[in-house]
Amino acid sequence: MREKLLYLLGAAAILIVARNIYVISGLPGEESQGAIFKIIFFHVPLAITALTCGTVACVASVSFLVTKDFKYDALAVSVTEVGLAFLAGNLITGSIWARIIWGVWWAWDVRLTSALVCWMLYASYLMIRHAVEEPTQRARLAAVVSIFAFIDVPIVILSIRLFRTQHPGPVFFSSTGSFPHDWSMIMMWNLFAMFMLGAVFTVIRLRQEETQRELDSLRRMAHAF
Amino acid sequence: MSAVAIEGVWKYYGDFPALRDICLEAETGSCLALIGRNGAGKTTLLRIVAGFSRPGKGQVRILGTPPRETATRRNIGFLGHGIAVYDELSAIENLTLYAKLYGLDRPRQKALEWLEHTGLERVRDGLVREFSRGMRQRLAVARAFLHDPSVLLLDEPFTALDDRAIAVLQRLLREGLAQGKTIVMSTHQLREALELASHVALLNRGQVAFHGPCTPEMASDPGLVYARYGEG
Amino acid sequence: MRFARQVLVIAAKDLRAEIRTKEAINASAAFALVILLLLSFAFDLDPDTNREIASGLLWLVFAFAGTLLLNRSFARELPNDCLDALVAAPIPGSALFIGKALANYVLLLAIELLSLVVFGIFYNVRWTVQFGQLMIVLALGTWALTIMGTIFSALTVNIRLREVMLPILIYPFLVPALMAAIQLTLGLMKGKPIGPDTASWLPMLIGFDLIYTAVSVVLVENVLVG
Repeated sequence: MREKLLYLLGAAAILIVARNIYVISGLPGEESQGAIFKIIFFHVPLAITALTCGTVACVASVSFLVTKDFKYDALAVSVTEVGLAFLAGNLITGSIWARIIWGVWWAWDVRLTSALVCWMLYASYLMIRHAVEEPTQRARLAAVVSIFAFIDVPIVILSIRLFRTQHPGPVFFSSTGSFPHDWSMIMMWNLFAMFMLGAVFTVIRLRQEETQRELDSLRRMAHAF
Repeated sequence: MSAVAIEGVWKYYGDFPALRDICLEAETGSCLALIGRNGAGKTTLLRIVAGFSRPGKGQVRILGTPPRETATRRNIGFLGHGIAVYDELSAIENLTLYAKLYGLDRPRQKALEWLEHTGLERVRDGLVREFSRGMRQRLAVARAFLHDPSVLLLDEPFTALDDRAIAVLQRLLREGLAQGKTIVMSTHQLREALELASHVALLNRGQVAFHGPCTPEMASDPGLVYARYGEG
Repeated sequence: MRFARQVLVIAAKDLRAEIRTKEAINASAAFALVILLLLSFAFDLDPDTNREIASGLLWLVFAFAGTLLLNRSFARELPNDCLDALVAAPIPGSALFIGKALANYVLLLAIELLSLVVFGIFYNVRWTVQFGQLMIVLALGTWALTIMGTIFSALTVNIRLREVMLPILIYPFLVPALMAAIQLTLGLMKGKPIGPDTASWLPMLIGFDLIYTAVSVVLVENVLVG
C-alpha cells in the first residue's frame, strides 16, 4: 500500500514537471538571453531542493547524535545522496546556460564555485561513510561531517547577496528583479514538483538503507555466534 | 550503593548486539574478575564502564554517577592493552603530565613517588622508548594508580607482564583493596586474577553466564567456572 | 582558570614531543620547500608575475604542508593507546582539542614563516612591505587551517586510510577561508595595504574562524567518545 502511494506521488511529480515544460516552452523568450533563459525554471528549484536536502541532513545528523537512533542516520545518508543528485543537476543546468550565454562551460566566480564546493563537501560526507566500516562509528563521524558541511551552505546563499559577480543578479527573490508574477507561479509549481520527487527518492533510498543495515547485522550475527 | 553498577547495558555495532542486557555490580572494596573467551565482550564492557564508549541501552554508574562526569573520571584508573605513555617523553615527564591533567597538587612530587613505588626512580629521566618491556609495563601501572583512584579498571593486566611487573602489580592491587579500592579486572590469566578476586563474572557471547563470589575451589581450579557455566 | 591551565598542559606536551622528535615539522618543512622549488619550474620567473601569483602560491603551500603537520596531531596519540588515557583524564574534550590546536598553530606558523623567507629569497618578492597587515592575515588564515585540520585529525584518527582521508576532507571545507586569505594577501604581496574592495573578505575570514572553532568545540566530545 505504501509503495503504491510512493509511486503515485512520483508519477504526480513527473506529470507536474511535464506540464510545466509544456507551458514554459510556450512562454516568450527573455530580451537579452533568448530561449535559454527558461532553464532558470529548473536551475533555481534544483538549487533550492538541494539546499533543503542539506538542511534535512543536518537536522537528521543532530538528531542522531542526540538520540543515537539509527533511523536518523539512514535519513541523513538518503537525503544527502538525493541532494547531491539535485545539486549536480543545478551545476549542469548552470553550465549549459553559461555555455550559451557566456561562451564558456565554466566560470570561476564566487557563486558557481560555492555551489561546486558544496557538492564536494557532501561528496566527502559519502566518502567518509565508505571509509568507516563499523556502523555506529560511521554514523557518528558522518553526522559530524554533515553538520560541518551544512555550515558552508549559508556561505553559499550569502555569496549570492554579498558579492557582485558575473552571475546575474538574484532576479527571483530580490525586489529589483523583473520576474512577472505568473512566471513565478510556474517556478513555484516546479519547485513543488522537485520537492515531491526528492521526497520520493529519499524514501526509496531510506528503505534500501534500512534493509542493508539489517542484512549487515544478520551477517555479523551469523559469523559471531 | 555499589562502587560500580552496570545496569541493563546493551552495546550495538550497527544492529548487532555485542553486549546483551549486562547487569553486574561490584561493591566497594571488592575485586571482580571478568572472565570469558575472546570475543565474549570483556574489553567492550570494560571500555563502556571506563567511559570510552556509550552503551546503546542501559547505563553505568561509578560511585553513583555516570563515568564521563569530570569528577567521576578523577576516581577512575584505567589500564588497557596499550601502556598509554609517550615514547618520546621521559618517565618523569609522562607521570608529571598525567599528574597535572588529574589536577594533583605538587605534580612532580607525586610523579617521583610513584616512580619509586614501581621501582623506576633510577631511570626517571630516561625516554620511554629506551625502556624494556617490563619497565614500560611498570610505568603504565604507575600512570594508572598515580591519582589514587577509588575504582580501578584493568583490561587483561597480567598479559605480557614479566615477573617483576606482575609482582609490582599484585602488590599494588592488594594494597589498593586493603585501602578500600574497587577493582574490575578482565583476564585470561585466571590464576593471578583469582588469587585477588572476591567475585567472578563469566561473559559468554555478550551475556553474563555466571556472576557470584569467588570460592576457594574456583581459585584452585581456574577452569572450573568455564566448565560449569561456559560453553567450551 | 583551570581550563586554560589544562589547555596549556596539552599544548606544552605536544610541542615538547614534536620538538624532540621533529617528525612532523621536518616532513612539513621539507614538503613546503619542495613545492616552492617545483612551482618555480612551473611558472615564468619574472618579478611581476611572481608578485601576482605570490598570494595564491603561498597559501597553497601553507595548506599542503600544513595538512602533513595536522595529520600528526591526533595520530601521535595512537601508539601505546595514549588517546585513551587523554580521553579518560578529567579534562573536557574541548580542552584537549584547543590544546592540540594551539600547539599545531605554533608549529604551522613556524613553517609558514620559514616558507615566507625562502619564498622571498628564491622568488625575489619583497613581502615585508605590509608586514603588519600580512601578519594579521597570516594569523587569521592559519587559525582557519589549524582548526579544521585539528578537528578532522580527531575525526579520522581511528579510520583506515587516515592519511588520505584527511586531505580529501579538509580542502573543500577550507575553500572559503583560503579564498578570503588569498584575496586579502593579494594586494599585500604587491606592497599595497588592504583596500575597501578587498576588506569585505576580512569579516568572512574572522567569521569562518569563529564559527568553525565554536562548532568544533561543541562537537569534539562526539568525535572522541564512541
